[in-house]
Formats: sequence, structure tokens, C-alpha cells
Amino acid sequence: MTTQEFIAAKELDTTGLNCPLPILKTKKELKDMETGSVLKMVSSDVGSLKDIEAFCSQTGHGLLSSQEQGGYYVFHIRKN
Amino acid sequence: MNKITEITGASASGDVTRAEFDKWFDERFEFKMKEMAQNKTPSMSIIATKGTLDWAYPPFILASTAAALGWKVSIFFTFYGLLLLKKDVSDMKVTPVGNPAMPMKMPFGPDWFKNIDWPVPNAISGNIPGFENMASGLMKETFKSKGVASIDELREISIDEGVEMHACQMTVDVFGFTKDDFIDNITSWCGATSFLPNAQKSDITLFI
Repeated sequence: MTTQEFIAAKELDTTGLNCPLPILKTKKELKDMETGSVLKMVSSDVGSLKDIEAFCSQTGHGLLSSQEQGGYYVFHIRKN
Repeated sequence: MNKITEITGASASGDVTRAEFDKWFDERFEFKMKEMAQNKTPSMSIIATKGTLDWAYPPFILASTAAALGWKVSIFFTFYGLLLLKKDVSDMKVTPVGNPAMPMKMPFGPDWFKNIDWPVPNAISGNIPGFENMASGLMKETFKSKGVASIDELREISIDEGVEMHACQMTVDVFGFTKDDFIDNITSWCGATSFLPNAQKSDITLFI
């Protein structure tokens, strides 16, 4: 999967932040978005790989992609 | 056709046998249990009893994260835990005395320097005036440089996300605080009797 497949309505940069801030900020960002739109989130916290997956499975948001790019972690999440 | 036959899908001609009914019931029961589990909002009750900087983190990290997952969360602040609800938490401290697991790290300098765990005996950390302030300052600085949220920030997010903050009335009286010392967003001032029924209904109860 490549990131180009998804058109992100919004981007959120959480680089430099540590657990649980990337999750908390992602939740806050998604709250104001429209259902079905996609959020691109970039993190530098290696823990966010598992955390974002758990967050999406708990909240019902769709995790479209999750990948590492040069030390950063990039996620595409479709709002439920 | 009798109604039970229709429901269970048993043969139209005969009566429902006990085995057929049991089979239907087992399937239906499993389906309903799954449906209930899916529709249930998980809940968590935390009892926060400690007021030092290091112990302030677990309740707020867990509460804010659970709220982000859509859970219903409430925290009961009692004894020293009540200090976590003070308006000003900037003077919160951590002490290395009697806390042998606490690493003493420097927040500045190159990585090899930052990674040294300075061996400070209790005799020194307990007797040098201001050592606790220094250790607290170093911890705050290290947390900040590692991108960890401040207690203030986590508390604010928790409140925004609807975490209920229950404060122990007895502690206020015992320690001689006034309600003005605390933040405005306290859900209720209550006692153990009010909080326990809340904890009883929670999926997770933590004592921190």
C-alpha cells in the first residue's frame, strides 16, 4: 500500500510527542472531521504502531495504512 | 403450526423436541451475548491516592487514553491523590529518597551522558537541602525533552474528554484545604460510599 492511494482531508503532525499524546491528539482531530474523510497522522513514537491499531479497532475508525518512513510512522485513518 | 416450531425452525409436522429447542436456545444465547458485548461501553474507575510527580502520571495517562478509546472513566481522588486536583500543580515533586528504582538522569548533554544513571545514596539525597527540588526539576526537564505531556496538559485533556473527577470530601477537611485550592471542573465532592457503587459497575477498577 502506498500513501498516494488516500486523499487525506487533514494532516496531523505529532512528531516529537510521546505516549499517549499521539493517540489523544488523533482522537481530538478526528472528532471535528466528517465521517468517511481521511486523516493522515505522522508520529515519531515507535509505540504508536501498535497503539494506533488498538485505537482504531476499539473506536471503529478504519486504519487504511500504517507504515514506517525514514524513522517516522505514517498512518491513514478513515473516520467512522 | 405452533409458534415455537416457527421460531426454532423445527419440522412443521412434529412438536419441537427438547434437543431442537436447546440447540436453538444455545445459538440464540451466544448471538445475544455477542451483541451485548459489542454494544456495551467499557468503563473504568480509578482511585488515585498519591500526590507526587511520578505517581501523578499513571491515573491521568490511563484516564485520558481510555476516554480517547470511547470508554466511560471516573477517578476518585483521595488522600495525597487529592493534590492532583489543585489549581497549581507546577510545584509537584518527586523524591529519590526511599525510591531505589528511580533513575537519576541528566536532561542535557550528549546521549551517552543523558543515559548515565547517577548512583545517589539516600544519605546524600536525603541530607542535601534542595536535592528533591533538583531531582524534580531534572525529571520534569527529561519528560519535556522526551515529548511526554505535563500533568496539567493530561488533566486538561481528561476533563475535555469527559473523565469524571470525584474528590474526597474527608481529605479536604483533614488536610485543611479549601475548595478554592482546586480546579473548577470537579464532578462531585463525595466519599467512599458514593464512589464504591460506581466502581462496582465498572469493568476495570484500579487503585493507584
